[in-house]
Amino acid sequence: MSHYSETTDVDKDASTQPRNDASRAQEAAPKPPVLDAAIVEDQPESSVASAPARRTPSIGSRPVLEVEELTQDFGGLRALNELDLTVNEGEIVALIGPNGAGKTTFFNCVTGIYTPTEGRVYLYDAQKRRQLLNGRKPHDITAMGMARTFQNIRLFGDMTVLENVMIGRHCRTSAGIWGALARTRAARREEQETIDISYALLESVHLEQFWNERAHNLPYGAQRRLEIARALATNPRMLLLDEPAAGMNPQETKELEELVRRLRDSRDLSILLIEHDMGMVMSLSDRIYVMEYGSRIASGAPEEVRANPRVIQAYLGESDDA
Amino acid sequence: MDFQYFIELFFGGLTRGSIYALIALGYTLVYGIIELINFAHGEIYMLGAFTALLIAGVLGIMGFPAGGILVVAALAAVVWSAAYGYTLEKVAYKPLRGAPRLSPLISAIGMSIFLQNYVLLAQTSDYVPFPRLLPEMEFLDAIGVMGPSDFLILVTSTLAMIALSLFIRFTRMGKAMRATAQNRKMALLLGINADRIISLTFIVGSALAALGGVLIASHMGQVNFGIGFLAGLKAFTAAVLGGIGSIPGAMVGGLVLGIAESLTTGYLSGNYEDSLAFGLLILILIFRPDGILGKAKVQKV
Amino acid sequence: MINYLGKALLASCWFMLLTLPVMGIRLNTVDQTVEWQFDRVLMLGAAIFFLSMLWNWCFRRKARGLPLLGLPAALGKGLGELFRLPTRNARTRAVSLGAVLLIMLLMPHVSSFYQTNIMISALLYVMLALGLNIAVGIAGQLVLGYVAFYAVGAYSYALLNQAFGLGFWTCLPVGGFMAVLFGLALGFPVLRLRGDYLAIVTLGFGEIVRLTLLNWASLTGGSGGIKDIPAPGFFGMQMDIDVSTMFVYYIVLAAVVVTIVVISRLKNSRVGLALQALREDEIACEAMGINLARVKLSAFALSSCWAGFAGVIFAAKTSFINPASFTFMESAMILSMVVLGGMGSIVGVVIAAMILILAPEYLRAFSEYRMLIFGAIMVVMMIFRPQGLVTGERRRYRITKLHGDAAQ
Repeated sequence: MSHYSETTDVDKDASTQPRNDASRAQEAAPKPPVLDAAIVEDQPESSVASAPARRTPSIGSRPVLEVEELTQDFGGLRALNELDLTVNEGEIVALIGPNGAGKTTFFNCVTGIYTPTEGRVYLYDAQKRRQLLNGRKPHDITAMGMARTFQNIRLFGDMTVLENVMIGRHCRTSAGIWGALARTRAARREEQETIDISYALLESVHLEQFWNERAHNLPYGAQRRLEIARALATNPRMLLLDEPAAGMNPQETKELEELVRRLRDSRDLSILLIEHDMGMVMSLSDRIYVMEYGSRIASGAPEEVRANPRVIQAYLGESDDA
Repeated sequence: MDFQYFIELFFGGLTRGSIYALIALGYTLVYGIIELINFAHGEIYMLGAFTALLIAGVLGIMGFPAGGILVVAALAAVVWSAAYGYTLEKVAYKPLRGAPRLSPLISAIGMSIFLQNYVLLAQTSDYVPFPRLLPEMEFLDAIGVMGPSDFLILVTSTLAMIALSLFIRFTRMGKAMRATAQNRKMALLLGINADRIISLTFIVGSALAALGGVLIASHMGQVNFGIGFLAGLKAFTAAVLGGIGSIPGAMVGGLVLGIAESLTTGYLSGNYEDSLAFGLLILILIFRPDGILGKAKVQKV
Repeated sequence: MINYLGKALLASCWFMLLTLPVMGIRLNTVDQTVEWQFDRVLMLGAAIFFLSMLWNWCFRRKARGLPLLGLPAALGKGLGELFRLPTRNARTRAVSLGAVLLIMLLMPHVSSFYQTNIMISALLYVMLALGLNIAVGIAGQLVLGYVAFYAVGAYSYALLNQAFGLGFWTCLPVGGFMAVLFGLALGFPVLRLRGDYLAIVTLGFGEIVRLTLLNWASLTGGSGGIKDIPAPGFFGMQMDIDVSTMFVYYIVLAAVVVTIVVISRLKNSRVGLALQALREDEIACEAMGINLARVKLSAFALSSCWAGFAGVIFAAKTSFINPASFTFMESAMILSMVVLGGMGSIVGVVIAAMILILAPEYLRAFSEYRMLIFGAIMVVMMIFRPQGLVTGERRRYRITKLHGDAAQ
């Protein structure tokens, strides 16, 4: 355990920052669709029984991710239509909507896999500076502190579970070809650190007993958790989860929910998730955005969203008991 | 440069291009359906040429009339090549459905090498002369830009392409092929037997390639086990040029490549004929991988 | 059972019909006679009958997830132990490696000049296959024009020697460097290409290099090639052809050892992991913060470099080079070694390269069918054993928490 340390996050001084970030954020985003987190905290919790201590005091109102008027066209098809979205520090925000609403497209635009047709995506870096993400490559965006998982699991199937997580460390390590060939002291130390940090991450998602298995041999739910661990290995401050509970049984979903909450509380992490499991979304999220046909049709606290008639009509009414 | 020379080059290119187009259609059909570069397709063309040569040789020795020989040999080439194409798919590609993308490609390369050496070992490594079977066509002398074999190539390939277009557009099988190319899963759900469509695609593509093989063999007057490699690559270039997966694209691509080659050879130097095709191939794949007539695809994540 | 016999019979008939013209007819164009060779067709039919049964049997085993070669349990276990013995721990590993090295070192002293020469080319192919394995096996970038880099290395030495009188030892690094430059020149434009397009572009690139060598006669001597390339020198020592060949042998052997060490270190490094991730999934790779462009270019550069070295050695060994040595068939041969040996496996590729080069040399009957077999190997391996002969060559990780701290 000697040189295991996963606290490379630079956010430690968050509390010492002057508290005017909220107002700054509002300047930056002229018409934020944000329900202030403080309001959210005042909401009664009664409607969601299975959510003990949902909101922790760590939620700030400083944004981590800001998306303004994001539009994505594919040929003649408008997949995203002037979408605004903000995720604040320490928040868990859910993005829901019927299939084909453009949720995954949204993730792809934000993480640089697609180049948005119009609109702006900002990520606040560790020094709280607002950085424009448009035009940046996916790897660059990951290096800036935003990581993601994939809806259709994209693990490195033929590599071991540990190796999958080690690859997540790539952008936080630096050994090059020469270091590898000469096996310098620095390269070896860095490698051992990578191994140990990766193993610790596996422990945090309860996959440590599988560390030397090939990733494609893992059960489905474990693969989803491995994707999360791999994403965490890049030291993100913003984590995007694309249907993390898809294909999981209720027990696994519940564990996942605990896991996501624990990650948020223990790692200075903000989370944006796409999810179809309404129980999980309702109990886990601080705020919810609802999309339909590429546009936002509602947003707000879970209770507000589930009471919103448009949402019920578009989505909840047909698929859930809410 | 005088105009007559240009016209000759142009028609020379057209002839050559029609052959490329015939072979390119096979690449494009297969790629459209199973997204595989059928690397061994050039070898099917070579087998077509060889089969025609052998059958024509036998018939010639037995003393059949020249015109009849050509028709019978061409038919035999088409039938046997189609059978080779069908077998190729069953042996080398069908077991690899659903394998990683590069597996069938490597298998195809292996098959290409295998078939070349099969002919090399069973026959010869030399160039074998192809019998002169074409009648003199006097009316062509009046025009003066092409010989009988050029004329035959243009006419036959045009007819073949028209036939293919009609087949694809109007027949049941043709429609099923188009449906499978657009969306294999959906086609399956609608009760289209994908395996049969894939087999059919290989058969049609191989038959067209064989036709090209016979035509080129009678045009050049010789055949060799190695002719499929270069012709295949050039035809693939043509297919990519026109937009792989697109049938009109393959035809246009073939003609464009043929004419470009012919003009380069005529005005610059014959040395760069092959380099031109490869250079073109690389440039297109890099700068416009969807070709002239192809549609851009969005990468699925 | 009857079902399978029927199937085999059907396949046999089908193939006899299929091969009837090409196998059954031989034209004698001079005498204007036809030789019918039905015996060959019948023999092929018989062979297909058995092959078809074998083929179906293999598929049945594959479908049930069984290994293709099922040895009796006890024997299988014993053999498995035997094969695992050399790698069981550091000591047995060192001993077995030492033994192999010793045999290889002594080899030219006990074998004939002819055999040493064969061994040199086998080792050159080992080097080429290992180099290609970086791009194809580890990084998953199917490069079909690998021989172009080999040619670049060989011509670098030949031309630099001809023009400036530069010696082997100067040209060795230069050849490698030139190959890397070509690798990068190819790599840059193809960064965005998908796997199968990449394969075709690299094939085109290889052919363009060959055609340029062929057509640029004023520089390269065209199809006549370049003659009188000097063998490697050793401090100006005069060597007769035997000693010189032995010397080349040791150079190649050393080069192979260096290649193996470098690649095994590379494969297990941070860069190596990124290369493997590239093979598995490019999009996930990018999303994990890996700079695709950089990793792909590294793969191309690292891979082409070895071909460059091998090319220089090849030129020095044969003293004569021409474009005919650098055709697509060479690339395909090297690729089939990688495929047979196992994508990404070092031991496997070494063994496969040795088998594929040495077997045709020593089994004359085999040599005629060499390329036929190479082609068949690629197909059969892809279908029945895409991972190659040798698998399970995985790195062992030491986790401080589980295994204690190694450093102290």
